[in-house]
Amino acid sequence: MTDLELQIKGIRLRRRLLETIHEAGAGHTGGGLSCLDILNVLYQRVLNVSPETIASPARDRYLQSKGHSVEALYVVLADRGFFPESDLATLGRYRSPYVGHPTRHIAGIEMNTGALGHGLPISIGMALAGAMDGTGYRVFILLGDGELAEGSNWEAAMAAAHHQLDNLTAIIDHNALQITGPTREVMNNAPLDEKWRAFGWAVRTVDGHDYAALTAVLTEPAEPRKPRCVIANTVKGKGVSFMENAARWHHGVPSAAELHQALAELEAAEARLKEIP
Amino acid sequence: MSASAPSVFSPAAKAMAEKLGLQMGRANLDVFAATLEELARGNPQVVAVTSDSRGSGKLAPFSKALPRQIVEVGIAEQNLVGITAGLAACGKKPFAVSPSCFLTARALEQIKNDVCYSDVPAVLVGISAGVSYGALGATHHSLHDLAALRAINNLTIVAPADNFESREAVRFAAAATRPVFLRFGKAPMYDLHAPGSRFEAGQAITLREGREVAFIATGETVIHALLAAARLAERGRAARVLSLHTIKPLDTEAVLKVGRECRAVITVEEHMVHGGLGEACAAALMEAGVSRPFRIVGIPDEETVTGSQADIFRHYGISMEGLSELAVSILTVS
Repeated sequence: MTDLELQIKGIRLRRRLLETIHEAGAGHTGGGLSCLDILNVLYQRVLNVSPETIASPARDRYLQSKGHSVEALYVVLADRGFFPESDLATLGRYRSPYVGHPTRHIAGIEMNTGALGHGLPISIGMALAGAMDGTGYRVFILLGDGELAEGSNWEAAMAAAHHQLDNLTAIIDHNALQITGPTREVMNNAPLDEKWRAFGWAVRTVDGHDYAALTAVLTEPAEPRKPRCVIANTVKGKGVSFMENAARWHHGVPSAAELHQALAELEAAEARLKEIP
Repeated sequence: MSASAPSVFSPAAKAMAEKLGLQMGRANLDVFAATLEELARGNPQVVAVTSDSRGSGKLAPFSKALPRQIVEVGIAEQNLVGITAGLAACGKKPFAVSPSCFLTARALEQIKNDVCYSDVPAVLVGISAGVSYGALGATHHSLHDLAALRAINNLTIVAPADNFESREAVRFAAAATRPVFLRFGKAPMYDLHAPGSRFEAGQAITLREGREVAFIATGETVIHALLAAARLAERGRAARVLSLHTIKPLDTEAVLKVGRECRAVITVEEHMVHGGLGEACAAALMEAGVSRPFRIVGIPDEETVTGSQADIFRHYGISMEGLSELAVSILTVS
């Protein structure tokens, strides 16, 4: 699949995400749209995992520490065939396994996450187990930038470098907004790159919506004996004009009229992309 | 606390233990460490995870013998439990070893979500539990751990009474496919079980028969209940003693049998009186409509008295003397 084709897929997945959240009447819209391209690249180009290999001990592991953006993960996993797309209609319903944060009840999901600050320590345990056994798998984890105020991340950041886990990649969905407002106003975490570097990580910064750039960074060989942090600069609400960079869309649910407008914008964006020779 | 810490057994209690033919064993914590090492030698997937706690967990020999099977995470209990969950999710059989006061409070959310909710086969080992740390003060006491953990779904909670129960509990935990919490103290313990005894997680062990009063005790208070029962026997009172090593799932059948057969019930635990063994037994009895004179012996809801573990036990009546006197007073009134 070319970058352009993958980008078009990303637009279609955004439509599905918005429809799913609208149908469920609840969901985390803004952050889902900010991390969707990252997930699309991971599952199409980076992770050595598929519905056929999901039980293999040698599979790559993906963890989503910012569990509230689970709808983005659901649409990407459905697209990759981990479960039928029709399952998405049950999101949030009585007895549905599709709840508002990731759980292992869903094919393709490794751990139950969603309480912030939990993912990175778990990913270290997974990376350590792989390193101890020489299994060769890699571990990728997605963190929110607001989430980094949780101190457990920094315990883990220290430990990953201490244990020289070069099979671990932490991707920060750096959309710079959290539920209350701009992250720099709620709890400033800048300068992110210097912090991670000081903790002993190899750090890359990338446009989190640029398919070629994301692919290049995420497929780059690891720096020996160093965990890797990828700071992905993203736009919360990416792809829908009235949702972009608006904190109220953190868990805003589109009305029928808003959904209609959003889908129209995304369809127009897809049409424009298709005109590119 | 040094090895010369005051004994939790009074001279009279020691004399009674001698009369019963009980042998003083090692600290349960030492037995835990030795058993874990033995299991780890036979299974490379068994891993100890420590938060600067290999010394207090008696794991220095383990770390020398099996350096590739121990993971150090630093003084960071949240990280300890998260890493342990990740190891368990990827084929390891990890034992996270940390003082119970920190493990079960600082990392409670990791225990709830990363271990129990994610349902990974991790073992959490709360060491120096209860008031083992004595005069170090309340920061280092874990009188909340059983209550906090009982309220979390999908966790087996075991507090072994002696060396035998400790060894068996570690073996059970190593074979378990779901989360387990083990609780150990660090004072040397008398051996309570005859050779050839059987240990099943979730099944209380009757150590002594009797129908006037029953002591249902857990962990390292069981010995005090047993000595109290022996003292009561000398006064013509027949007391039953149960070692209820598994707090959850509770052996409801055994508790109800005690309630139906004995005139009075006294529970004993090295834990706050709220939310632990006593209230679990009370709920089981009430729900079954079994009403008996009933007392919960533990640490009351107050700032815990200061002093050594022995001082604290004596102060709150967790002793041969305290428990036998309480039993007599209940039987006299009822």
